[in-house]
Amino acid sequence: MTRAQKTEEKFFKLLMIIATYFIFAVLALIIYSIFEKGIKAISWAMLTQIPQGGYYYGKEGGILNAILGSLSLAFGATVLAFVIGLPVALYLNVFLIRHKKVIDVIRFLLDLVWGIPSIVYGAFGFSLMIFFRLQTSLLAGILTVTLFILPIMIRSMDEILRTVPIGLQEAAYSLGSNKSEIAFKIFTRQSISGIITAILLSFGRAIGDAAAVLFTAGYTDHLPNGLLEPVATLPLSIFFQLSSPVPEVQNRAYASALVLTLIILIVSLFSRGIGKRYHKTKINF
Amino acid sequence: MYLLNREQRHVINYTWMIISLLLVAFLPFLLFLGLYLKSVLLLHDYSLTDLIFSKTWKPSSGQFGFYPFIVGSVWVTLVAMLITAPVCLLTAIYVTQYTKKFVLRIMHPAIDILAGIPSVVYGLWGILVIVPFISKYLGPWMGVSTMGYSILAASFVLSIMIIPFVLNILIEIFRAIPMELKEATLSLGATEWQTIKNVLLKKALPGIIAAFGFGLARAFGETMAVLMVVGNVVRLPHSVFDPGYTLPALIANNYGEMLSIPKYDSALMFAALLLLAVSLFFNLVMHFFIVRYNKY
Repeated sequence: MTRAQKTEEKFFKLLMIIATYFIFAVLALIIYSIFEKGIKAISWAMLTQIPQGGYYYGKEGGILNAILGSLSLAFGATVLAFVIGLPVALYLNVFLIRHKKVIDVIRFLLDLVWGIPSIVYGAFGFSLMIFFRLQTSLLAGILTVTLFILPIMIRSMDEILRTVPIGLQEAAYSLGSNKSEIAFKIFTRQSISGIITAILLSFGRAIGDAAAVLFTAGYTDHLPNGLLEPVATLPLSIFFQLSSPVPEVQNRAYASALVLTLIILIVSLFSRGIGKRYHKTKINF
Repeated sequence: MYLLNREQRHVINYTWMIISLLLVAFLPFLLFLGLYLKSVLLLHDYSLTDLIFSKTWKPSSGQFGFYPFIVGSVWVTLVAMLITAPVCLLTAIYVTQYTKKFVLRIMHPAIDILAGIPSVVYGLWGILVIVPFISKYLGPWMGVSTMGYSILAASFVLSIMIIPFVLNILIEIFRAIPMELKEATLSLGATEWQTIKNVLLKKALPGIIAAFGFGLARAFGETMAVLMVVGNVVRLPHSVFDPGYTLPALIANNYGEMLSIPKYDSALMFAALLLLAVSLFFNLVMHFFIVRYNKY
Protein backbone atom coordinates (compact mmCIF):
# COMPACT_ATOMS: atom_id res chain seq x y z
CA MET A 1 0.00 0.00 0.00
CA THR A 2 1.44 3.33 -1.01
CA ARG A 3 1.61 6.39 1.16
CA ALA A 4 -1.12 8.13 -0.84
CA GLN A 5 -3.50 5.24 -0.31
CA LYS A 6 -2.86 5.28 3.39
CA THR A 7 -3.54 9.01 3.59
CA GLU A 8 -6.74 8.53 1.60
CA GLU A 9 -7.95 5.84 3.96
CA LYS A 10 -7.15 7.95 7.02
CA PHE A 11 -8.77 11.02 5.48
CA PHE A 12 -12.07 9.27 4.76
CA LYS A 13 -12.13 7.56 8.11
CA LEU A 14 -11.75 10.94 9.75
CA LEU A 15 -14.62 12.32 7.64
CA MET A 16 -16.81 9.40 8.70
CA ILE A 17 -16.09 9.98 12.36
CA ILE A 18 -16.87 13.67 11.95
CA ALA A 19 -20.17 12.88 10.19
CA THR A 20 -21.24 10.44 12.90
CA TYR A 21 -20.42 12.84 15.73
CA PHE A 22 -22.11 15.64 13.79
CA ILE A 23 -25.43 13.78 13.93
CA PHE A 24 -25.15 13.09 17.66
CA ALA A 25 -24.04 16.68 18.29
CA VAL A 26 -26.96 18.18 16.38
CA LEU A 27 -29.42 15.94 18.22
CA ALA A 28 -27.89 16.99 21.55
CA LEU A 29 -27.99 20.64 20.51
CA ILE A 30 -31.68 20.45 19.54
CA ILE A 31 -32.67 18.73 22.78
CA TYR A 32 -30.51 21.14 24.78
CA SER A 33 -31.89 24.32 23.24
CA ILE A 34 -35.51 23.17 23.58
CA PHE A 35 -35.01 22.24 27.24
CA GLU A 36 -32.91 25.27 28.10
CA LYS A 37 -35.47 27.74 26.71
CA GLY A 38 -38.49 25.72 27.76
CA ILE A 39 -37.64 25.08 31.40
CA LYS A 40 -37.14 28.79 32.01
CA ALA A 41 -40.56 29.58 30.60
CA ILE A 42 -42.66 26.73 31.88
CA SER A 43 -44.86 27.09 34.96
CA TRP A 44 -47.68 25.26 36.71
CA ALA A 45 -50.18 27.85 35.55
CA MET A 46 -49.22 27.24 31.94
CA LEU A 47 -50.11 23.57 32.21
CA THR A 48 -53.37 23.96 34.11
CA GLN A 49 -55.07 27.07 32.74
CA ILE A 50 -56.67 28.08 29.50
CA PRO A 51 -55.87 31.47 27.90
CA GLN A 52 -57.42 34.31 29.88
CA GLY A 53 -58.31 37.76 28.51
CA GLY A 54 -55.25 39.47 27.01
CA TYR A 55 -53.29 36.22 26.95
CA TYR A 56 -51.81 37.01 23.58
CA TYR A 57 -50.43 40.30 24.91
CA GLY A 58 -48.60 38.56 27.70
CA LYS A 59 -51.33 38.39 30.37
CA GLU A 60 -52.40 35.41 32.51
CA GLY A 61 -53.24 32.00 31.17
CA GLY A 62 -51.91 28.70 29.94
CA ILE A 63 -52.02 26.16 27.16
CA LEU A 64 -54.29 23.53 28.71
CA ASN A 65 -56.64 23.98 25.75
CA ALA A 66 -53.88 23.00 23.33
CA ILE A 67 -52.60 20.11 25.44
CA LEU A 68 -56.03 18.53 25.83
CA GLY A 69 -56.94 19.36 22.25
CA SER A 70 -53.84 17.69 20.87
CA LEU A 71 -54.29 14.63 23.07
CA SER A 72 -57.93 14.15 22.09
CA LEU A 73 -57.18 14.70 18.41
CA ALA A 74 -54.24 12.30 18.38
CA PHE A 75 -56.17 9.75 20.44
CA GLY A 76 -59.20 9.86 18.15
CA ALA A 77 -57.10 9.60 15.01
CA THR A 78 -55.02 6.73 16.42
CA VAL A 79 -58.13 4.74 17.42
CA LEU A 80 -59.71 5.28 14.01
CA ALA A 81 -56.51 4.42 12.14
CA PHE A 82 -56.17 1.28 14.26
CA VAL A 83 -59.73 0.17 13.52
CA ILE A 84 -59.10 0.57 9.79
CA GLY A 85 -55.44 -0.42 9.80
CA LEU A 86 -55.36 -3.66 11.78
CA PRO A 87 -57.76 -5.56 9.49
CA VAL A 88 -55.81 -4.44 6.43
CA ALA A 89 -52.49 -5.58 7.89
CA LEU A 90 -54.06 -8.90 8.93
CA TYR A 91 -55.71 -9.37 5.55
CA LEU A 92 -52.38 -8.95 3.81
CA ASN A 93 -50.62 -11.49 5.98
CA VAL A 94 -53.33 -14.14 6.45
CA PHE A 95 -55.65 -14.02 3.43
CA LEU A 96 -53.22 -12.92 0.75
CA ILE A 97 -50.23 -14.88 1.95
CA ARG A 98 -50.26 -17.06 -1.21
CA HIS A 99 -50.62 -14.08 -3.58
CA LYS A 100 -47.22 -12.42 -3.40
CA LYS A 101 -47.90 -10.15 -6.40
CA VAL A 102 -51.05 -8.67 -4.85
CA ILE A 103 -49.30 -8.10 -1.52
CA ASP A 104 -46.45 -6.36 -3.30
CA VAL A 105 -48.82 -4.02 -5.12
CA ILE A 106 -50.67 -3.10 -1.91
CA ARG A 107 -47.43 -2.57 0.02
CA PHE A 108 -46.20 -0.40 -2.82
CA LEU A 109 -49.38 1.69 -2.74
CA LEU A 110 -49.03 2.10 1.02
CA ASP A 111 -45.43 3.25 0.66
CA LEU A 112 -46.54 5.77 -1.96
CA VAL A 113 -49.21 7.12 0.39
CA TRP A 114 -46.70 7.21 3.26
CA GLY A 115 -44.52 9.57 1.25
CA ILE A 116 -47.24 12.14 0.57
CA PRO A 117 -46.56 15.36 2.53
CA SER A 118 -49.00 16.14 5.33
CA ILE A 119 -49.89 19.54 3.86
CA VAL A 120 -51.45 17.69 0.92
CA TYR A 121 -53.66 15.77 3.34
CA GLY A 122 -54.52 19.08 4.97
CA ALA A 123 -55.52 20.61 1.65
CA PHE A 124 -57.50 17.49 0.71
CA GLY A 125 -59.30 17.51 4.05
CA PHE A 126 -60.08 21.18 3.58
CA SER A 127 -61.56 20.65 0.12
CA LEU A 128 -63.69 17.80 1.51
CA MET A 129 -64.88 20.07 4.31
CA ILE A 130 -65.95 22.73 1.82
CA PHE A 131 -67.68 20.10 -0.28
CA PHE A 132 -69.69 18.84 2.70
CA ARG A 133 -70.13 22.39 4.07
CA LEU A 134 -68.46 21.52 7.37
CA GLN A 135 -66.78 23.96 9.76
CA THR A 136 -63.29 23.46 11.15
CA SER A 137 -63.76 20.96 13.95
CA LEU A 138 -62.22 18.22 16.03
CA LEU A 139 -63.94 15.66 13.81
CA ALA A 140 -62.51 17.10 10.58
CA GLY A 141 -59.06 17.19 12.22
CA ILE A 142 -59.35 13.59 13.38
CA LEU A 143 -60.43 12.38 9.92
CA THR A 144 -57.59 14.19 8.16
CA VAL A 145 -54.94 13.02 10.61
CA THR A 146 -56.33 9.47 10.35
CA LEU A 147 -55.70 9.44 6.61
CA PHE A 148 -52.22 10.79 7.25
CA ILE A 149 -51.19 8.17 9.87
CA LEU A 150 -53.00 5.23 8.26
CA PRO A 151 -50.08 4.13 6.03
CA ILE A 152 -47.65 4.46 8.95
CA MET A 153 -49.91 2.32 11.14
CA ILE A 154 -50.50 -0.38 8.53
CA ARG A 155 -46.92 -0.64 7.29
CA SER A 156 -45.43 -0.90 10.77
CA MET A 157 -47.97 -3.56 11.84
CA ASP A 158 -47.36 -5.33 8.55
CA GLU A 159 -43.61 -5.46 9.18
CA ILE A 160 -44.28 -7.34 12.43
CA LEU A 161 -47.07 -9.60 11.14
CA ARG A 162 -44.98 -10.82 8.23
CA THR A 163 -42.47 -12.29 10.67
CA VAL A 164 -45.11 -14.68 12.10
CA PRO A 165 -43.94 -18.11 10.96
CA ILE A 166 -46.07 -19.95 8.40
CA GLY A 167 -45.93 -23.06 10.62
CA LEU A 168 -48.11 -21.37 13.22
CA GLN A 169 -50.73 -20.70 10.59
CA GLU A 170 -50.61 -24.31 9.35
CA ALA A 171 -50.90 -25.66 12.89
CA ALA A 172 -54.00 -23.52 13.47
CA TYR A 173 -55.59 -24.72 10.21
CA SER A 174 -54.99 -28.32 11.17
CA LEU A 175 -56.90 -27.71 14.41
CA GLY A 176 -59.88 -26.46 12.43
CA SER A 177 -59.59 -22.66 12.73
CA ASN A 178 -60.87 -20.49 9.93
CA LYS A 179 -58.94 -17.59 8.45
CA SER A 180 -60.45 -14.74 10.45
CA GLU A 181 -59.90 -16.67 13.69
CA ILE A 182 -56.28 -17.15 12.76
CA ALA A 183 -56.00 -13.45 11.97
CA PHE A 184 -57.67 -11.98 15.03
CA LYS A 185 -56.88 -14.61 17.65
CA ILE A 186 -53.45 -15.91 16.73
CA PHE A 187 -51.67 -13.28 14.65
CA THR A 188 -52.69 -10.37 16.88
CA ARG A 189 -51.65 -12.23 20.02
CA GLN A 190 -48.35 -13.33 18.54
CA SER A 191 -47.48 -9.81 17.37
CA ILE A 192 -48.98 -7.82 20.24
CA SER A 193 -45.75 -5.98 21.09
CA GLY A 194 -45.25 -4.88 17.49
CA ILE A 195 -48.85 -3.78 17.24
CA ILE A 196 -48.53 -1.64 20.36
CA THR A 197 -45.33 -0.14 18.99
CA ALA A 198 -47.13 0.69 15.74
CA ILE A 199 -49.95 2.36 17.69
CA LEU A 200 -47.54 4.47 19.74
CA LEU A 201 -45.54 5.42 16.66
CA SER A 202 -48.70 6.59 14.92
CA PHE A 203 -49.79 8.47 18.03
CA GLY A 204 -46.47 10.32 18.07
CA ARG A 205 -46.88 11.26 14.41
CA ALA A 206 -50.46 12.37 14.95
CA ILE A 207 -49.70 14.63 17.90
CA GLY A 208 -46.70 16.29 16.29
CA ASP A 209 -48.13 17.16 12.92
CA ALA A 210 -49.24 20.71 12.26
CA ALA A 211 -49.75 20.99 8.52
CA ALA A 212 -52.65 18.52 8.37
CA VAL A 213 -54.60 20.19 11.20
CA LEU A 214 -53.90 23.77 10.15
CA PHE A 215 -56.92 23.92 7.84
CA THR A 216 -59.11 21.33 9.43
CA ALA A 217 -59.05 21.50 13.23
CA GLY A 218 -59.10 25.28 13.57
CA TYR A 219 -58.02 26.93 16.81
CA THR A 220 -59.83 27.99 19.96
CA ASP A 221 -59.08 29.33 23.42
CA HIS A 222 -61.62 26.99 24.99
CA LEU A 223 -61.23 23.42 26.14
CA PRO A 224 -62.33 20.87 23.54
CA ASN A 225 -66.04 20.19 23.93
CA GLY A 226 -67.71 18.08 21.31
CA LEU A 227 -66.61 16.63 18.00
CA LEU A 228 -68.10 19.41 15.93
CA GLU A 229 -66.33 22.28 17.71
CA PRO A 230 -62.92 23.62 16.65
CA VAL A 231 -60.02 22.50 18.79
CA ALA A 232 -56.59 23.91 19.68
CA THR A 233 -53.46 21.84 19.07
CA LEU A 234 -49.97 22.08 20.54
CA PRO A 235 -48.01 22.44 17.28
CA LEU A 236 -50.26 25.27 16.17
CA SER A 237 -50.09 26.94 19.58
CA ILE A 238 -46.29 26.91 19.27
CA PHE A 239 -46.53 28.32 15.77
CA PHE A 240 -48.97 31.11 16.62
CA GLN A 241 -47.30 32.17 19.87
CA LEU A 242 -43.90 32.25 18.19
CA SER A 243 -45.07 34.70 15.54
CA SER A 244 -46.14 37.17 18.26
CA PRO A 245 -43.88 40.18 18.83
CA VAL A 246 -44.44 40.08 22.63
CA PRO A 247 -41.50 38.34 24.39
CA GLU A 248 -43.71 36.77 27.10
CA VAL A 249 -45.83 35.11 24.47
CA GLN A 250 -42.74 33.88 22.63
CA ASN A 251 -41.48 32.37 25.88
CA ARG A 252 -44.75 30.46 26.11
CA ALA A 253 -44.03 29.03 22.68
CA TYR A 254 -40.78 27.63 24.06
CA ALA A 255 -42.67 26.11 26.99
CA SER A 256 -45.26 24.61 24.64
CA ALA A 257 -42.47 23.13 22.52
CA LEU A 258 -40.98 21.56 25.65
CA VAL A 259 -44.36 20.01 26.53
CA LEU A 260 -44.80 18.62 23.02
CA THR A 261 -41.25 17.27 22.88
CA LEU A 262 -41.67 15.62 26.28
CA ILE A 263 -44.92 13.95 25.26
CA ILE A 264 -43.24 12.55 22.16
CA LEU A 265 -40.12 11.42 24.03
CA ILE A 266 -42.26 9.64 26.63
CA VAL A 267 -44.33 7.92 23.94
CA SER A 268 -41.21 6.73 22.13
CA LEU A 269 -39.64 5.52 25.40
CA PHE A 270 -42.81 3.56 26.18
CA SER A 271 -42.82 1.94 22.77
CA ARG A 272 -39.24 0.74 23.27
CA GLY A 273 -40.04 -0.62 26.75
CA ILE A 274 -43.16 -2.44 25.60
CA GLY A 275 -41.32 -4.01 22.70
CA LYS A 276 -38.97 -5.67 25.19
CA ARG A 277 -41.53 -6.68 27.82
CA TYR A 278 -44.01 -8.61 25.67
CA HIS A 279 -41.24 -10.47 23.94
CA LYS A 280 -41.53 -13.26 26.51
CA THR A 281 -45.11 -14.30 25.70
CA LYS A 282 -44.22 -15.03 22.09
CA ILE A 283 -44.25 -18.60 20.82
CA ASN A 284 -40.87 -19.36 19.35
CA PHE A 285 -40.29 -21.89 16.63
CA MET B 1 -70.30 -16.90 25.21
CA TYR B 2 -70.62 -15.25 21.79
CA LEU B 3 -73.66 -13.54 20.36
CA LEU B 4 -73.00 -14.82 16.87
CA ASN B 5 -71.80 -18.19 15.69
CA ARG B 6 -68.42 -18.81 14.07
CA GLU B 7 -69.61 -18.44 10.48
CA GLN B 8 -71.33 -15.13 11.14
CA ARG B 9 -68.30 -13.76 12.95
CA HIS B 10 -66.11 -14.80 10.05
CA VAL B 11 -68.35 -12.98 7.59
CA ILE B 12 -68.33 -9.79 9.69
CA ASN B 13 -64.57 -9.83 10.13
CA TYR B 14 -64.06 -10.51 6.45
CA THR B 15 -66.30 -7.64 5.33
CA TRP B 16 -64.58 -5.31 7.76
CA MET B 17 -61.21 -6.28 6.29
CA ILE B 18 -62.31 -5.84 2.67
CA ILE B 19 -63.90 -2.45 3.28
CA SER B 20 -60.79 -1.17 5.06
CA LEU B 21 -58.53 -2.54 2.34
CA LEU B 22 -60.54 -0.89 -0.43
CA LEU B 23 -60.48 2.42 1.43
CA VAL B 24 -56.72 2.28 1.81
CA ALA B 25 -56.04 1.09 -1.73
CA PHE B 26 -58.08 3.90 -3.25
CA LEU B 27 -56.64 6.60 -1.00
CA PRO B 28 -53.96 7.88 -3.40
CA PHE B 29 -56.44 8.02 -6.29
CA LEU B 30 -59.00 9.69 -4.05
CA LEU B 31 -56.47 12.33 -3.00
CA PHE B 32 -55.51 12.99 -6.60
CA LEU B 33 -59.10 13.18 -7.78
CA GLY B 34 -60.20 15.45 -4.92
CA LEU B 35 -57.39 17.95 -5.49
CA TYR B 36 -57.77 17.80 -9.28
CA LEU B 37 -61.48 18.56 -9.12
CA LYS B 38 -60.74 21.62 -6.99
CA SER B 39 -57.97 22.94 -9.21
CA VAL B 40 -59.77 22.29 -12.48
CA LEU B 41 -61.29 25.77 -12.20
CA LEU B 42 -57.83 27.27 -12.47
CA LEU B 43 -56.62 24.86 -15.14
CA HIS B 44 -59.65 25.79 -17.22
CA ASP B 45 -58.61 29.46 -17.45
CA TYR B 46 -54.83 29.18 -17.55
CA SER B 47 -52.56 26.77 -19.37
CA LEU B 48 -50.35 24.49 -17.33
CA THR B 49 -47.11 25.97 -18.70
CA ASP B 50 -48.35 29.50 -17.94
CA LEU B 51 -49.02 28.57 -14.34
CA ILE B 52 -45.67 26.87 -13.85
CA PHE B 53 -43.41 29.32 -15.69
CA SER B 54 -45.06 32.67 -15.07
CA LYS B 55 -43.26 34.80 -12.47
CA THR B 56 -45.98 37.15 -11.24
CA TRP B 57 -48.00 36.17 -8.21
CA LYS B 58 -50.87 38.62 -7.70
CA PRO B 59 -53.98 36.66 -6.76
CA SER B 60 -56.07 39.83 -6.30
CA SER B 61 -55.60 40.74 -9.98
CA GLY B 62 -55.89 37.15 -11.13
CA GLN B 63 -52.22 36.46 -11.84
CA PHE B 64 -51.08 33.09 -10.61
CA GLY B 65 -47.43 32.43 -11.41
CA PHE B 66 -46.02 29.51 -9.45
CA TYR B 67 -42.47 29.85 -10.77
CA PRO B 68 -40.97 31.65 -7.71
CA PHE B 69 -42.42 29.02 -5.39
CA ILE B 70 -41.25 26.11 -7.49
CA VAL B 71 -37.76 27.60 -7.75
CA GLY B 72 -37.74 28.25 -3.99
CA SER B 73 -38.77 24.67 -3.25
CA VAL B 74 -36.14 23.25 -5.61
CA TRP B 75 -33.36 25.39 -4.11
CA VAL B 76 -34.26 24.55 -0.53
CA THR B 77 -34.52 20.84 -1.31
CA LEU B 78 -31.30 20.59 -3.32
CA VAL B 79 -29.18 22.52 -0.82
CA ALA B 80 -30.61 20.36 1.98
CA MET B 81 -29.65 17.23 0.06
CA LEU B 82 -26.11 18.59 -0.45
CA ILE B 83 -25.73 18.60 3.33
CA THR B 84 -27.64 15.40 4.13
CA ALA B 85 -26.25 13.13 1.43
CA PRO B 86 -22.55 13.08 2.40
CA VAL B 87 -23.26 13.12 6.15
CA CYS B 88 -25.63 10.15 5.92
CA LEU B 89 -23.48 8.17 3.51
CA LEU B 90 -20.33 8.58 5.62
CA THR B 91 -22.17 7.80 8.86
CA ALA B 92 -23.87 4.74 7.39
CA ILE B 93 -20.54 3.35 6.18
CA TYR B 94 -18.89 4.12 9.49
CA VAL B 95 -21.49 2.50 11.73
CA THR B 96 -21.94 -0.57 9.56
CA GLN B 97 -18.33 -1.26 8.51
CA TYR B 98 -15.91 0.20 11.01
CA THR B 99 -17.36 0.38 14.51
CA LYS B 100 -18.47 -2.19 17.02
CA LYS B 101 -22.12 -3.24 17.32
CA PHE B 102 -22.81 -0.92 20.23
CA VAL B 103 -22.48 2.26 18.14
CA LEU B 104 -25.25 0.97 15.93
CA ARG B 105 -27.23 0.22 19.07
CA ILE B 106 -27.05 3.85 20.22
CA MET B 107 -27.52 5.12 16.67
CA HIS B 108 -30.99 3.61 16.40
CA PRO B 109 -32.55 5.47 19.35
CA ALA B 110 -30.88 8.66 18.12
CA ILE B 111 -32.47 8.17 14.70
CA ASP B 112 -35.83 7.44 16.36
CA ILE B 113 -35.71 10.64 18.37
CA LEU B 114 -34.66 12.74 15.37
CA ALA B 115 -37.52 11.24 13.37
CA GLY B 116 -39.98 11.82 16.20
CA ILE B 117 -39.31 15.50 16.83
CA PRO B 118 -42.24 17.43 15.31
CA SER B 119 -41.53 19.81 12.44
CA VAL B 120 -42.75 22.82 14.43
CA VAL B 121 -40.08 22.10 17.03
CA TYR B 122 -37.46 21.90 14.27
CA GLY B 123 -38.71 25.26 13.04
CA LEU B 124 -38.44 26.71 16.54
CA TRP B 125 -34.91 25.39 16.83
CA GLY B 126 -34.11 26.95 13.47
CA ILE B 127 -35.33 30.34 14.68
CA LEU B 128 -33.44 30.01 17.97
CA VAL B 129 -30.13 28.70 16.66
CA ILE B 130 -29.72 28.62 12.88
CA VAL B 131 -31.22 31.99 11.90
CA PRO B 132 -29.10 34.03 14.39
CA PHE B 133 -26.03 31.97 13.45
CA ILE B 134 -26.46 32.86 9.78
CA SER B 135 -27.24 36.54 10.33
CA LYS B 136 -24.55 37.17 12.97
CA TYR B 137 -21.69 34.86 11.98
CA LEU B 138 -21.94 33.08 8.66
CA GLY B 139 -23.35 36.04 6.68
CA PRO B 140 -20.78 38.64 7.80
CA TRP B 141 -18.01 36.08 7.47
CA MET B 142 -18.97 35.43 3.86
CA GLY B 143 -19.34 39.16 3.28
CA VAL B 144 -23.12 39.24 2.71
CA SER B 145 -25.69 41.05 4.77
CA THR B 146 -28.63 38.77 5.49
CA MET B 147 -31.61 38.68 7.82
CA GLY B 148 -30.90 35.06 8.60
CA TYR B 149 -34.33 33.99 7.39
CA SER B 150 -33.10 32.51 4.15
CA ILE B 151 -32.93 29.56 1.79
CA LEU B 152 -29.82 28.40 3.62
CA ALA B 153 -31.53 28.41 7.04
CA ALA B 154 -34.44 26.39 5.65
CA SER B 155 -32.08 23.98 3.92
CA PHE B 156 -30.06 23.41 7.04
CA VAL B 157 -33.10 22.72 9.23
CA LEU B 158 -34.51 20.50 6.49
CA SER B 159 -31.26 18.59 6.10
CA ILE B 160 -31.38 17.62 9.79
CA MET B 161 -35.04 16.61 9.50
CA ILE B 162 -34.45 14.15 6.65
CA ILE B 163 -31.31 12.59 8.17
CA PRO B 164 -33.31 9.89 10.01
CA PHE B 165 -35.14 8.77 6.83
CA VAL B 166 -32.08 8.65 4.62
CA LEU B 167 -29.76 7.20 7.25
CA ASN B 168 -32.21 4.44 8.17
CA ILE B 169 -32.49 3.25 4.58
CA LEU B 170 -28.73 3.49 4.02
CA ILE B 171 -27.94 1.45 7.14
CA GLU B 172 -30.40 -1.24 6.01
CA ILE B 173 -28.79 -1.31 2.58
CA PHE B 174 -25.24 -1.63 3.85
CA ARG B 175 -26.23 -4.32 6.32
CA ALA B 176 -27.93 -6.32 3.57
CA ILE B 177 -24.69 -6.67 1.60
CA PRO B 178 -23.40 -10.21 2.20
CA MET B 179 -20.33 -10.45 4.42
CA GLU B 180 -18.69 -12.92 1.98
CA LEU B 181 -18.35 -10.21 -0.62
CA LYS B 182 -16.32 -8.09 1.76
CA GLU B 183 -14.28 -11.04 3.01
CA ALA B 184 -13.41 -12.14 -0.53
CA THR B 185 -12.12 -8.69 -1.41
CA LEU B 186 -10.15 -8.38 1.82
CA SER B 187 -8.57 -11.78 1.27
CA LEU B 188 -7.30 -10.59 -2.11
CA GLY B 189 -5.25 -7.98 -0.30
CA ALA B 190 -7.46 -4.91 -0.60
CA THR B 191 -7.60 -2.59 2.37
CA GLU B 192 -10.84 -1.87 4.14
CA TRP B 193 -11.29 1.48 2.44
CA GLN B 194 -10.49 0.03 -1.00
CA THR B 195 -13.14 -2.62 -0.39
CA ILE B 196 -15.70 -0.02 0.56
CA LYS B 197 -14.84 2.29 -2.33
CA ASN B 198 -14.57 -0.26 -5.12
CA VAL B 199 -16.93 -3.04 -4.06
CA LEU B 200 -19.51 -2.03 -1.47
CA LEU B 201 -20.36 1.39 -2.90
CA LYS B 202 -20.74 -0.03 -6.39
CA LYS B 203 -23.01 -2.79 -5.20
CA ALA B 204 -25.09 -0.45 -3.08
CA LEU B 205 -25.40 2.29 -5.73
CA PRO B 206 -29.06 1.73 -6.73
CA GLY B 207 -29.98 1.56 -3.03
CA ILE B 208 -28.06 4.73 -2.25
CA ILE B 209 -29.77 6.58 -5.10
CA ALA B 210 -33.15 5.38 -3.82
CA ALA B 211 -32.36 6.53 -0.27
CA PHE B 212 -31.44 10.00 -1.53
CA GLY B 213 -34.54 10.10 -3.70
CA PHE B 214 -36.84 9.28 -0.79
CA GLY B 215 -35.11 11.99 1.24
CA LEU B 216 -35.57 14.46 -1.62
CA ALA B 217 -39.30 13.73 -1.82
CA ARG B 218 -39.65 14.18 1.94
CA ALA B 219 -37.79 17.46 1.88
CA PHE B 220 -39.83 18.82 -1.01
CA GLY B 221 -43.11 18.51 0.88
CA GLU B 222 -41.97 19.62 4.33
CA THR B 223 -44.10 22.53 5.45
CA MET B 224 -43.98 24.02 8.92
CA ALA B 225 -40.27 24.03 9.67
CA VAL B 226 -39.44 25.57 6.28
CA LEU B 227 -42.26 28.08 6.54
CA MET B 228 -40.87 29.32 9.86
CA VAL B 229 -37.31 30.04 8.68
CA VAL B 230 -37.38 30.57 4.91
CA GLY B 231 -38.48 34.22 5.03
CA ASN B 232 -41.59 33.93 2.83
CA VAL B 233 -40.77 36.56 0.21
CA VAL B 234 -42.21 36.05 -3.26
CA ARG B 235 -39.08 36.72 -5.32
CA LEU B 236 -36.63 34.67 -7.29
CA PRO B 237 -33.68 34.00 -4.98
CA HIS B 238 -30.19 34.89 -6.27
CA SER B 239 -28.11 33.29 -3.54
CA VAL B 240 -28.70 30.93 -0.63
CA PHE B 241 -28.65 33.94 1.70
CA ASP B 242 -31.76 35.41 0.06
CA PRO B 243 -35.17 34.74 1.53
CA GLY B 244 -37.50 32.58 -0.53
CA TYR B 245 -40.90 30.97 -0.57
CA THR B 246 -41.81 27.32 -1.07
CA LEU B 247 -44.92 25.59 -2.38
CA PRO B 248 -45.98 24.02 0.95
CA ALA B 249 -45.40 27.33 2.73
CA LEU B 250 -47.61 29.05 0.15
CA ILE B 251 -50.49 26.71 0.95
CA ALA B 252 -50.05 26.92 4.72
CA ASN B 253 -49.71 30.70 4.85
CA ASN B 254 -52.76 31.61 2.83
CA TYR B 255 -55.46 29.22 3.92
CA GLY B 256 -57.18 31.99 5.88
CA GLU B 257 -57.78 34.40 3.04
CA MET B 258 -58.17 31.99 0.19
CA LEU B 259 -61.93 32.05 0.15
CA SER B 260 -62.17 35.82 -0.21
CA ILE B 261 -60.41 36.10 -3.59
CA PRO B 262 -61.83 34.35 -6.66
CA LYS B 263 -59.87 31.29 -7.84
CA TYR B 264 -57.42 31.67 -4.94
CA ASP B 265 -58.55 28.43 -3.27
CA SER B 266 -58.34 26.71 -6.61
CA ALA B 267 -54.76 27.99 -7.03
CA LEU B 268 -53.75 26.67 -3.60
CA MET B 269 -55.30 23.29 -4.35
CA PHE B 270 -53.30 23.29 -7.59
CA ALA B 271 -50.16 23.85 -5.49
CA ALA B 272 -51.15 20.85 -3.35
CA LEU B 273 -51.73 18.84 -6.52
CA LEU B 274 -48.23 19.74 -7.75
CA LEU B 275 -46.77 18.59 -4.43
CA LEU B 276 -48.71 15.34 -4.62
CA ALA B 277 -47.54 14.73 -8.19
CA VAL B 278 -43.89 15.38 -7.31
CA SER B 279 -44.10 13.12 -4.25
CA LEU B 280 -45.77 10.28 -6.14
CA PHE B 281 -43.35 10.59 -9.05
CA PHE B 282 -40.24 10.48 -6.89
CA ASN B 283 -41.47 7.60 -4.78
CA LEU B 284 -42.44 5.67 -7.90
CA VAL B 285 -39.05 6.08 -9.54
CA MET B 286 -37.13 5.30 -6.35
CA HIS B 287 -39.25 2.22 -5.78
CA PHE B 288 -37.90 0.77 -9.02
CA PHE B 289 -34.35 1.49 -7.93
CA ILE B 290 -35.01 -0.44 -4.71
CA VAL B 291 -36.57 -3.33 -6.65
CA ARG B 292 -33.51 -3.40 -8.89
CA TYR B 293 -31.26 -3.36 -5.88
CA ASN B 294 -33.06 -6.29 -4.28
CA LYS B 295 -32.73 -8.34 -7.46
CA TYR B 296 -28.94 -8.40 -7.39
